[in-house]
Order: sequence, then structure tokens, then C-alpha cells
Amino acid sequence: MELYTLSARELADKIQAREVSAREVTDAFLACIERVDSDVRAFVTVTAQQARAAADAVDARLAAKEEVSSLAGVPIALKDNLCTTGVETTCSSKILRGFVPPYNATVVEKLSAAGAVSLGKATMDEFAMGSSTENSGLFTTRNPWDLTKVPGGSSGGSAAAVAAGEAPFALGSDTGGSIRQPAAFCGLVGVKPTYGRVSRYGLVAFASSLDQIGPLARTVEDAALLLSVIAGHDPGDSTSVPRSVPDYRAALTGDIKGLRVGIPKEYFAEGIATDVREAVTRAISVLEGLGASVGETSLPYTEYALPAYYIVAPAEASSNLARYDGVRYGHRTRNAQGHIDLFEKTRDEGFGDEVKQRIMIGTYALSAGYYDAFYLKAQQVRTLIKQDFDRCWENFDALITPTAPSAAFGIGEKTDDPLAMKLSDICTIPANMAGIPALSQCCGFTESGLPIGVQLMGPPFSEETLLRLAHAYEQATDWHTRRPSLDKK
Amino acid sequence: MALTREEVRGVATLARLDLKDNETDRLTHHLNDLLAQFARLQELNTEDVPPTAHAVPVAAALREDVARPSLPREAVMANGPQVDRELGGFIVPQVIGE
Amino acid sequence: MPLYETHVGMECHAELLTESKMFCGCRNEFGGEPNTRTCPVCLGLPGSLPVFNKKAIEHVVRTALALNCTISLHSVFHRKNYFYPDLPKGYQISQYGNTPIGVNGWLEIEKPDGTTKKIHITRVHLEEDTGKLIHSDGAGYSVVDYNRSSVPLMEIVTAFPPDIESAEEARLYAETLRSILIYLGVSDGKMEQGSLRAEPNPSVRPVGSDTFGTKTELKNLNSFRSVQRGIEYEAQRQIEVIESGGRVTQETRGWDDEKGISFSQRSKEVEQEYRYFPEPDLIPLEFDPEWLESLRAELPELPNAKKRRLMEQYGLPATDAAQLVLERETADYFEQAARGVKDTKAVANWMLGDLARLANASGLAIHAAPIPPAALAEMVGLIESGAMTGKIAKTVIEEMFATGKSAPQVVQEKGLTVSGADEVAGIVAKVVAANPDVVAKIKAGNDKSIGFLVGQVMKESKGRAKPDDVNRLLREEMDKL
Repeated sequence: MELYTLSARELADKIQAREVSAREVTDAFLACIERVDSDVRAFVTVTAQQARAAADAVDARLAAKEEVSSLAGVPIALKDNLCTTGVETTCSSKILRGFVPPYNATVVEKLSAAGAVSLGKATMDEFAMGSSTENSGLFTTRNPWDLTKVPGGSSGGSAAAVAAGEAPFALGSDTGGSIRQPAAFCGLVGVKPTYGRVSRYGLVAFASSLDQIGPLARTVEDAALLLSVIAGHDPGDSTSVPRSVPDYRAALTGDIKGLRVGIPKEYFAEGIATDVREAVTRAISVLEGLGASVGETSLPYTEYALPAYYIVAPAEASSNLARYDGVRYGHRTRNAQGHIDLFEKTRDEGFGDEVKQRIMIGTYALSAGYYDAFYLKAQQVRTLIKQDFDRCWENFDALITPTAPSAAFGIGEKTDDPLAMKLSDICTIPANMAGIPALSQCCGFTESGLPIGVQLMGPPFSEETLLRLAHAYEQATDWHTRRPSLDKK
Repeated sequence: MALTREEVRGVATLARLDLKDNETDRLTHHLNDLLAQFARLQELNTEDVPPTAHAVPVAAALREDVARPSLPREAVMANGPQVDRELGGFIVPQVIGE
Repeated sequence: MPLYETHVGMECHAELLTESKMFCGCRNEFGGEPNTRTCPVCLGLPGSLPVFNKKAIEHVVRTALALNCTISLHSVFHRKNYFYPDLPKGYQISQYGNTPIGVNGWLEIEKPDGTTKKIHITRVHLEEDTGKLIHSDGAGYSVVDYNRSSVPLMEIVTAFPPDIESAEEARLYAETLRSILIYLGVSDGKMEQGSLRAEPNPSVRPVGSDTFGTKTELKNLNSFRSVQRGIEYEAQRQIEVIESGGRVTQETRGWDDEKGISFSQRSKEVEQEYRYFPEPDLIPLEFDPEWLESLRAELPELPNAKKRRLMEQYGLPATDAAQLVLERETADYFEQAARGVKDTKAVANWMLGDLARLANASGLAIHAAPIPPAALAEMVGLIESGAMTGKIAKTVIEEMFATGKSAPQVVQEKGLTVSGADEVAGIVAKVVAANPDVVAKIKAGNDKSIGFLVGQVMKESKGRAKPDDVNRLLREEMDKL
């Protein structure tokens, strides 16, 4: 068995049992990257040298019989919007090319403390704005299940890397579905934690009130393992919640009897592809068969989540992205007359089309005279969406929906139709607006062999429930054992 | 309420984006599409609905007033696209009248 | 030409006295090598996040309480979005709208004629300072230093319609505010270093008009004197603009202290449009009323209250009390020196007279002079007990200041003990004998001339004679004639 096909948990066990060295594991993944990444294009930066050094350090500790942490020697891929000391962090944007942070994101620190070995930085839609990685300012990533298809986005590089076996798991970030939608497109488990569960310190901000970092993995157990490491209060992030972190793996009991799972009808409306609808319906039957009680429910404000999101997220983004002005880091225009010109040209040259669009709409939405009609209104709609969910939690422990309206679409298929592209996030956006945790996992394949995702959502801090449901489902099915056949190509 | 090209240019100035003509056209079109989407929100009566800025309630975090070491200046300047190492600052075009 | 009246709104900014910055742990200090007190947060590096400095919030709450404000129990922070090279994030974290930490307060100024006036304050809020541009001569560019970036800054804004009706009132307002801030220990009040900044908004209108004139905003005023001069100049300029048929433009004007003129500062932005929205990286502050009450209870006595108390308790004239309370330590010095002294007015006189002069000449504050309060008290005690004359004390205090010695020590060493009555009687006899014509005048009823004789006796005794002795002995001597 090839090392790169093992799960993170299996790798961790083998390394700690000294059946295999951390260095061998890292080398196996680096070799895989070497072999397939020219096709998949999941990495912006591969930090082979640092990875080998980190793996050697783990091996040295093991050799000295020192205690090692839970992820000792396990490789990981990081979305390129997580700041890494000494390693270029681009957000797949020309404007951040050459930016080498002098500090680590809190999650990166935690991973390092847990002994994980970073393989490098994964591609994304520029500043996490997009659903396909086609908005990358550098290059587009391909879906390992079908190289003509997108891997989803914005954490498309992270998802593709894991699906292709270039990393056992990865970190992504999710503002409107950017972990879950690529997880669905690539046949993975992706978790967007409760807002405030994971520190955002060092995550390059897209929309501050919506962004969360979370795991992408091939198994629920790996996702739980990774979440246990990255979750927790951070005094450096004022929005992180001081609440103890459970051992998420302990929640994976397989027993979901009596858990009440709601089916919100708005998520099964027109626009959802038939194969997706059918796969999700079958998944519901599986959960029911495992003892969950299932019932229909309604979230009437769902349809307003998308327009509200497209005000809140760009408004915050327009402000978050104001710092890219060519003065302290990143791209700077060569021919500026005065500082206004310096800013305008630098930003025009550095940002891609989608980013500019969102900055424009956000700037407009915050303008005097429009604030109440747009931003304030959208924040009020957030309240309504949240109340919708709160009503559901009176009767249900979790909700089940499709993750995305369809399986992965073709590269170039939606680039000329920005609105169609945005509809791709219609099922995932409400969870961000309400701050609740949500998870996507594979629940089947299309006729052409593309993965389909099912989404679970729960009340704030119900990650354990969602993981338990997902784990029970995973044990009852074998979708997660399938692998794309990249090597044959 | 459709945005005109001129209004779009005004927004671009606020956002410090030096848009080219074709970009202005494209963005005018796109922004108007989005505005049409937003119009649906106006259907909702939100008169007594409080806004949600943070979805998950948490108390404001306060830090004790303790000074910590700053970054070494070399690390601060290392990313600067144009710096004056002698003065120890990031170069910007001359700002007059301040 | 109609008569004009001036109205002035005041916006003041004070950098807060904290160890660390508003949102990060970098040291909050003035000066230093550029960019040596920065970190990812105050440089606005991608991914960095702000966390409130508790002390800075306490400082603003205490100031708001001292300024009689209502505290917003739920206080929101906002982003003020604009582009400028000294603003690393492209926005400043500030407070906008109706929930700044403090609202609707007032402070009282005292005018030279002794009358007081309430100046209403509309808001006291907390924000962060920006970096600084350094203009490099000859290089053809500027460089940015972010040491000051994210230093906690408190903004205090007077209410509209403005209560301040003259340049002098504006200066008094700024002075009073400064002393309150210093009393609270929240600001060092250094206008020359820019840690306290006053930005007046003067406008003029013909007397009798019921609408306010267009205001201009004055910047770069780095002393109280320039606050007053700047407003005087600007009001006059506005009147001239109106009288010559023009219209005052609403703009920011810089003050050139050397030339004594204001000048239009080119509008910085194409258009100011700050796009305020609640800062999503920070949670609004929720104040516990009990905590607020405990802060209120711990507020120090403020200058005005202290002044009134000094007048009552020590019988000081208003002008002396006002001077003593300008700085808290000066008032403390006075109260320590006045302990056990009967003639407390004399203590104030010595402090504000000779001691102030000596301290000033050495660039010291009164309270930092090398004469401790107890030593001054001892010196005044010597005068009270008649062991030393006021005249000698003038010499003694100089010596005390120069050497740090006590008054009795100086008197002893310099042989400045008071002349005995016998010795004075001898001098008196001599002076009376030497000035028969003056004596005759006095005898003829011209009492004023006795002063001349007193002066002569004091001169002869080198100031060591007690004035009481001199007067009594002179009368006795003349009665003999």
C-alpha cells in the first residue's frame, strides 16, 4: 500500500509506532506532488525543504523517545491565505506576490505545535472570492476526478491536493461555502466550524464576520482530528469564542439513534440537479436506516441569504482589501505620480476582475445614502436567517441539504456568467450568514463519475453532532474509499 | 435604480481603482445585475429587526496593557517594495502641504 | 459694517498614556527610530487582527465621567475608510454614530473676570492614531514611519450649537481640558509633541443672525497661544471675506505660527466619504454600571473642584488658586507645604512668586524644585514666628534652591539671624537723628513719610530687622522728641 493513500490518522499511528518514519511519509507525498501536480496544479508553493526538515525533527524526537503530539509527522497542505513565517503567502493574487509574512497564523502555530508537516501553500480563488479557482490571479486548479472540471472554490487547491493524494488533509477557509463546495466537488469531507470556533488570526481576511478556517479530509475521522487541533480560543482574535474544545474524534460513536434530522424544503427547490437531489435523498434514507429520525422543515428566508451575502461580504471585503496599496508589501506600480495615482495604479494592476467587482459593489453598498438600504438591510436579513435556523433547532439536531446545486462544472463553463457562478454557493451561504457549523461529505457520484456532496448544518457549537452523523453515514457507505485515477493518465 | 458609468467611476475613485474604459463598462453592467438582485431585499419589512453584526454572541475581548517586543525593523522593511533603509521608512510619493 | 460674533466648535485629540498601543502590544512612546515599534497588527499586515487595550478604554471612560458624560452601556467601534499613506489598513478604527463611549457632557471654564461658563461636549470617543510621514529633503519622496500607528487616541468634541464665543474662550477650554486630562493621568498634555491636539472650527456671523456661518477647521496649532491667535486670525479673515462680498469656504486650514496666518490646505482626498460601518473584527463594549460607578468613585478631585476647595480651605484668592491647580502636583505641593502653617496665603505667595521664578529659570516645575514642601513650610514658619524677616527669606529661598539646605541651616550659616530689638533701637536712633526734616514732616501730620524712615532702618539692618520692631521703635523714638 502506498503511503499517500493512507488517512492522516493511519499515518499518525504508523509514525508514532515507528513503522514508518516521518521523513518517508513526507517524501511519499512530495513524490506524489511531483508526479501529479503538473496536471492538478493545486500548489502555489511547495515547501519541500522545510517539510523534510520538519519531518526529520519529528523523527529525531521519536528516536530520542521524546513525546510527540497528535499530528507528529503528518503532512498537510495550507490554503494560501494562511500566513506562514518565511513562506510566501499570495492569496493567489498578483497584488500579494512576493509577500513573505513575518508571522504565522494561529492555526499554523497550532499545527506546528501538534507536529504536522506543512507541504506548501494551495491555490485558491483570488482572496477567496470565487467558487472554482478560476478567479485565481495565478493559475486555475483542476479537479482530480476529471481534469476538465473545476475543483470548486475558493479552497480548490486544498481540496484538489487532498483528492489527488498530494496531502492527507488540508486547511481551507469558508466565507460562503469555500470549504464545503470544493469538498463536494472533490469527494471530500469539509467542515466549516461555528464562527469563532477557530481563530482567524493570520487568515488573510475576505469578509471578517463570515470567514472561518476548517479542515478538508478524505475521512470524517481525519476532519475531526484536524479540527481538534485547530479549534479553540485565541486571545489574538477578539471574535474567537472562549469555550473548551472537545475531542471531536470521541464523538464518532457510530450511534445516531434518535438524532433528529430536518430536511429544509427550500434547499430542494428547482435549480438543484436531479442526480444531486437523488443522491441526497438516498443519503437521508441511509441516516434514517441508522436510526435518525427525519422530518421536513422550512427556512423561509433562505432565498434572501444570497443577495444579503453579496452585500455583506463585498462590503467587508472592500474595507479589508484597502490595505493593498503598494506601500508596505506586495505589488507596487512602476509609474506613479503622487500617492493617489500610486494607489489607483497598484490596485488596478494587482487585483483581478472578480476582486475588483466585489470591491466596487462593497464600496457602493457602504456609501453614504446607501448604507441603510444595503449594508444595514443585509445585516437585518442576517437576523431573519438566523431566526429561521433558531426555530429549526427547537425540533431538530441537524439539517440535511445538498452542498451544491450540481457536481463539478467544466473549466470555463461559468466564467462568462458571474451570477450562475454565484448560485453555486446558494446552499452553503446561509450557514455563514448565521454563523453555524456545517459539513459536507460525499454521498455518491454522477453518471460521469463526479462526486456529489451532502451538507449537514447544526446549531452553534454542534460540530460533534455533525461529525457523528457524518461518521455514521461514512461507515455505512463506501464513497469515501473511492479514489480518482490520476496515476493511470 | 441603475448605476450610470459616471457613478461607477465615482465609486472606483473611492475604491482607488484606476479603471480602464472597458472595465468601467463591464463593471457598470455587472453592478447593475447585482443591484437588481438586491432589490429583492427591499421586499422584506425589516423595520423592527435588529441587525446582526456577529452571528455568535461573545463578550468583547480586552487585553491587559502590557508592552511586548515589536518586530525587528529589518523584518518590517523586508516586504517593502520601495524602502529607504537610511531613514528606516517606506517610500511614498512626496506628500505636500501637510 | 455690521458687528460680527464668533462661534467655535472644538475637536481635541489626546494620545492616551498607556504602556502599549490600542490594538497590539507594541510600546506606546513618543519619538524613536522610525518603524522600530511595529508589528503585524499596527502595520496592517494581511491576516492581523485588533484586540482592545483595557487601560485605554478605562482612560476614556474615566475622562468621559470626569467630563460629566453619560456612558454608552453598549459602545460600538467602526471602520472609517479612507486611503492615505500613513494609514496602514486603509481604514481607521474609530467610533461613529450615537454610541461613542461618552455622550452629552460638559466642562466649566473660568474667565479672567471670574465668571464661569459651561461648555457642552457632545462626544468622547476612542480611536487609533495613524503613522507619520517624514519628508526627506531633496530625495523627492516622503517615507512613512508607523511607530505612531495604532497609538490610542481619544477624541473630545464640543456640542453644537457651540458654546464657545471667542478665541479666548476656546483657549480657556483647551487649557481646562488639558488640566483635567493631566489630573486623570490619561494624557501628558504635550501640545508641542502633538500628543494633545486642538482643532478649532471657528465661524462668524453678523450679530442678530440666527444661522451660523460656514466654519473652517484649523490644524497645526501646537500651543494654547496659537489656538487663540489662530482663531482670532481666522475669524477676522472670515469677516473680511464676507465683507468683501465673498463666501467662506468650508475647508481645512493650516496655521503658520511664525507668520501668524492660516492657509488653505489642499483638499487631501478627491472627496471625503468615509463609508463607516461597524468593525467586524471587534465586539462592541458592554459596560457594567457597577464598574462605571466604581470608576466614578475613584476619580481624583478635578481642577475646578480643587480650586474652589483651596479658596475655601486656605483662604486663597481665586487667581492664586487657579494657578496652583493648573497641575495636580503643584496643588499637592501646596497642600503639603501649607500643613501646619497658619499663613497659608504666604505659602501660595512664596510658591507662585520666588519659587516659581527660581524653578522656571532652571526649567523645572514648582513641584520638582529642590525644595521639598516641608522645607518651604519650615521657611514660612520662621517668618511667622518672627525668627526671620520676609526680606531675608528672599535670600534664604535662593540659597535653599541652590544648595538644597533647610531655611534654619541657611540662616545659621549666613548669619542672617534677626536683629534684636536693642540693635534695632540703636539703628532707629541713628536714622531719626540723621533725618530731622523728615521727622518734622511726620510730626506735622504727614504719616506717609514714615515709610522712608522704615526703609532707611531696613537698609541699615541689611533686612534683618523685623518690620514690627522697626515701626514700634520709630514711633517710640519720635515720641521722645
